[in-house]
Amino acid sequence: MNTALAITRRAFRHPSFAIGAVLSSLVVLAAAVSLVWTPYPPNQMDIPRKLAPPSALHWLGTDSFGRDMASLLLAGAQASIAVGVIAVSIGLIAGTALGLWAAARRGAVEELVMRLSDFTFAFPAIIMAIMLTAVFGPGLVNSIIAIGIFNIPVFARLTRASGNAIWAREFVLAARASGKGRLLISLEHVLPNIVSVIIVQATIQFANAILAEAALSYLGLGTQPPQPSWGRMLNEGQMLMFQAPRLAILPGIAVAIAVFGLNLLGDGLRDLLDPRLRRLR
Amino acid sequence: MSIFLLKRLATFVVTLILASVLIFLVMDVLPGNAAQTMLGADAPPDAVRALAERLGLDKPPLERYLSWVGGMLTGDLGLSYAYSSPISALIAERMAVSVPLALISMTLTAVMAITLGVYAAARHNRVGDVAVMSLSQVGIAIPNFWFAILLILLFAVHLNWFSAGGFPGWSAGFWPALKSLLLPAIALAVVQMAILARITRSSVLEVLREDFVRTARAKGLSRRAVLWKHVLRNALIPVVTIMGLQFANLIAGTIVVENVFYLPGLGRLIFQSISNRDIVVVRDVVMLLAALVMTINFIVDLAYVAIDPRLKHGHQL
Repeated sequence: MNTALAITRRAFRHPSFAIGAVLSSLVVLAAAVSLVWTPYPPNQMDIPRKLAPPSALHWLGTDSFGRDMASLLLAGAQASIAVGVIAVSIGLIAGTALGLWAAARRGAVEELVMRLSDFTFAFPAIIMAIMLTAVFGPGLVNSIIAIGIFNIPVFARLTRASGNAIWAREFVLAARASGKGRLLISLEHVLPNIVSVIIVQATIQFANAILAEAALSYLGLGTQPPQPSWGRMLNEGQMLMFQAPRLAILPGIAVAIAVFGLNLLGDGLRDLLDPRLRRLR
Repeated sequence: MSIFLLKRLATFVVTLILASVLIFLVMDVLPGNAAQTMLGADAPPDAVRALAERLGLDKPPLERYLSWVGGMLTGDLGLSYAYSSPISALIAERMAVSVPLALISMTLTAVMAITLGVYAAARHNRVGDVAVMSLSQVGIAIPNFWFAILLILLFAVHLNWFSAGGFPGWSAGFWPALKSLLLPAIALAVVQMAILARITRSSVLEVLREDFVRTARAKGLSRRAVLWKHVLRNALIPVVTIMGLQFANLIAGTIVVENVFYLPGLGRLIFQSISNRDIVVVRDVVMLLAALVMTINFIVDLAYVAIDPRLKHGHQL
């Protein structure tokens, strides 16, 4: 218990980690709270009160349909978190498995995985999403798949590079000498030793996924109505930026807070998990 | 030519072929009947059949693939369903906006990021360094299309220095055309600049610890000369690598930012083609963008050889 407390204290003394953890928690909290409560139902229109400025009734004002901006922003966090979690999980699971396989087998398998990674990098998430959307129509699922596929080579490369370093260590040689197979060594020795690097990368990819989701929704290719999303709010806000600039500013701030928080959290975690890197940063 | 370059050239060609196969499978074979997708589910069967015939969908997939690739190599991509004009002319017209936009943006990114990165590294842990790093952290978090909207709010709505969007065309004169690309280029460059400045700083800091830097200083070279001539050249390899990867992000960013500024570039074309269900144009532009990204990565590998002469003699990266 005391050890856990000491680790937490040490972590929160690190400014990047502390600020990142607070901001990221705020976004997750917003998404969680919006599942059970928002000041108003996010899609409830109130045309007489459209484009109302911030007031006690509507803390952040209303949009062009009289919908409460605070409620929309809170509910918009759901789409970002959902896309982040699922898309990063797809990349993390498939990419880590491929990277571990490449590190364990080396040779042709490693070459194949790396070339596949190079290949996937030629298709940024947005281009992948455009292909899927043109064929299957826009939607949250297609954007999750597109962002997820783009995440696979990120984790595959990282796992392979870190995995190779672990395979060169004496304890792996000892495990091989004791008769353990490649799969068992990968799971019991390699993976636990690289898990911290993967967690750090996952945090950063989470931030990138939120950015990609916002961009896709802004273009109308991601989250579809009536599900609120920060990207689509930005699109709608841009049309009215001459009358009510806050409509185009507030959703952007929400995206920036989420991404800023997750990036800081990733930086902080990297420093805490690998203090050798701190001097270079 | 070294073995490294030959190998890289072979990989480049194979990757291009694989990309074309994948794009063809997803956008031509997977939809089943592209003509139906283009005309919508309620379209009369006769119209669907006629369009399918016009697009050559009645031929076997392999023949369609070969004719598509052949068309791309000869510049004949057929007619756009929505615009009723040759797709290659459409793409060429749009590239006159997107290519300069990407180039201006990449130049801004490289110049600013390398300057800021070297400056921050030279002032490691001092105010200048902390300021550059904090700003870059904010820059990374800002969505480029939101930053674009903020730029419009400030420079077009409040200050009236720039127009809020649109492109007058290069025929309207060099300056008016360039002016309409400046805000989009800045919006695109900010995030990439922030990332690249951090990479440059880390890389320069690492090289600054090398023995040859001490030797150069000991033989009397000024700090500035060592930093810009010796350290930077050695620190450039990771920077160039990331720049190559960033180009992919830049192209993806172009699609979004062109839509913010209503610029008639490739990004807007692809987006309009999705709305028009002009799947053939989407397929061709996606192929072009993927080929562009791969070509840039290939050029980056060639640049390694110029930066790191060891590669010429067959050393691997």
